[in-house]
Amino acid sequence: MSEQESIIILENVCKYFGDFKALSDVNLTVQKGERIVVCGPSGSGKSTMIRCINRLEEHDSGRIIVAGKELTREVKDIDAVRREVGMVFQSFNLFPHLKVLDNLTLALKLVRKTPKSEARQIATRYLERVHIPDQADKYPSQLSGGQQQRVAIARALCMNPEVMLFDEPTSALDPEMINEVLDVMVELAKEGMTMICVTHEMGFARSIADSVVFMDKGEIVEAERPDVFFNNPSNERTKLFLSQILTH
Amino acid sequence: MTFDVGLVFGSIPKMLVGLGLTLELLFLSSFIGLALALVTLLMRISGRWFLVTPAVVYIYIFRGTPILVQIFVIYYGLPQFEFIREGMLWPLLREPFWCCILALSLNAGAYVSEILRGGVLGVDKGLLEAASALGISKTHRFIYITSPIAIRLSLPAYSNDIISMTKATALASTVTLLDMTGVARTLVAQTFAPYEIFISVALIYIAMAWMIQKGFGMAEKRMSRHLKPTAG
Repeated sequence: MSEQESIIILENVCKYFGDFKALSDVNLTVQKGERIVVCGPSGSGKSTMIRCINRLEEHDSGRIIVAGKELTREVKDIDAVRREVGMVFQSFNLFPHLKVLDNLTLALKLVRKTPKSEARQIATRYLERVHIPDQADKYPSQLSGGQQQRVAIARALCMNPEVMLFDEPTSALDPEMINEVLDVMVELAKEGMTMICVTHEMGFARSIADSVVFMDKGEIVEAERPDVFFNNPSNERTKLFLSQILTH
Repeated sequence: MTFDVGLVFGSIPKMLVGLGLTLELLFLSSFIGLALALVTLLMRISGRWFLVTPAVVYIYIFRGTPILVQIFVIYYGLPQFEFIREGMLWPLLREPFWCCILALSLNAGAYVSEILRGGVLGVDKGLLEAASALGISKTHRFIYITSPIAIRLSLPAYSNDIISMTKATALASTVTLLDMTGVARTLVAQTFAPYEIFISVALIYIAMAWMIQKGFGMAEKRMSRHLKPTAG
């Protein structure tokens, strides 16, 4: 594929927390429309990696290029990059003092300078897309976990991002709510959204991922198509990990 | 000596003569104090040493000394300096009223900035990350996310501080002002009934504290609407 279509490029990215090496020479290229699932044991650097992509964490060395812009210390570039990268968190992180609709329109108004009525329209459209148009006037605390996470997805989509990052979006949910969130993510994937998902939902990985990335100790150990990854992993650490999470 | 209940309640209307001054001291110094607190807070959390250090020193000094001492230092101490007596602020600083306002405001500023800082630190970091991830700037994050949440978190401690301030205004009577306590002291000198008169003034302070507490309680409830899940 041509260089132009690579929307995210990580080159030899290293990140330290004190003496702990959280990311160790990570290389990853994501093409437009590509869907990547990242898995690995806890502490393996999955979250750190995707948090570096929108610079919630600053990498210490290597290069990160997102939507053609290299992430550096220049603040202006960071906000421009963040507008193109939507993020969904494990703990939803909805603004508790704002109604659902205002959660969705806040960034539109502040960042995109969208007029109020237009922002409302956009927000309503995305609430419909995540199947909860009737919750617009509630506060986040009045919604179930699954609904909250779908609001969080809608909030990120409102900014019309080029890429969506998911940081364990279903890990904090009760089991019966996981599917309603995964369904929304599958729909997004089918519409061609570029996605990087940190998740342990292996069924989801099998069905939508173009590539499954396995991380351990801050390194990308293996990156394969899902059929190869699950059926024929080459690395011993991958085999061990899969045997641990797929036994039950 | 007998306790004269009639005198306790009979004195209340006379005490109310000083209520105006007490309220003036309270409102003015709370207002100025809040403004000072905001400036101090922003300096304190700016992360720049040349702003943090003066804020910390200011808080340290005013939290560490009695308000009475501060009033005395300002009222008796400042006029010792030639440049103050000849300065622009002398018309204000020669007045015991403004000396009290100055001391009470500086005191409130120090305490309230720490209360607000507690609120700011209590805001979930995840919310700010979510806002950053949406491309919302640092200033907008502070205005639209941190502030409303921090204010709600600070409210209980703030109402406590306003009640403390109400009582601290009584110190104004030590520098000749006739606030409620000042009036009470005058009445004691006239009636030689300190017990009844001071209980009478105490009742008014209690009523004020009760109203302040109720008022803040209502505000708190209102600001916590979003935290109460409703059925359906």
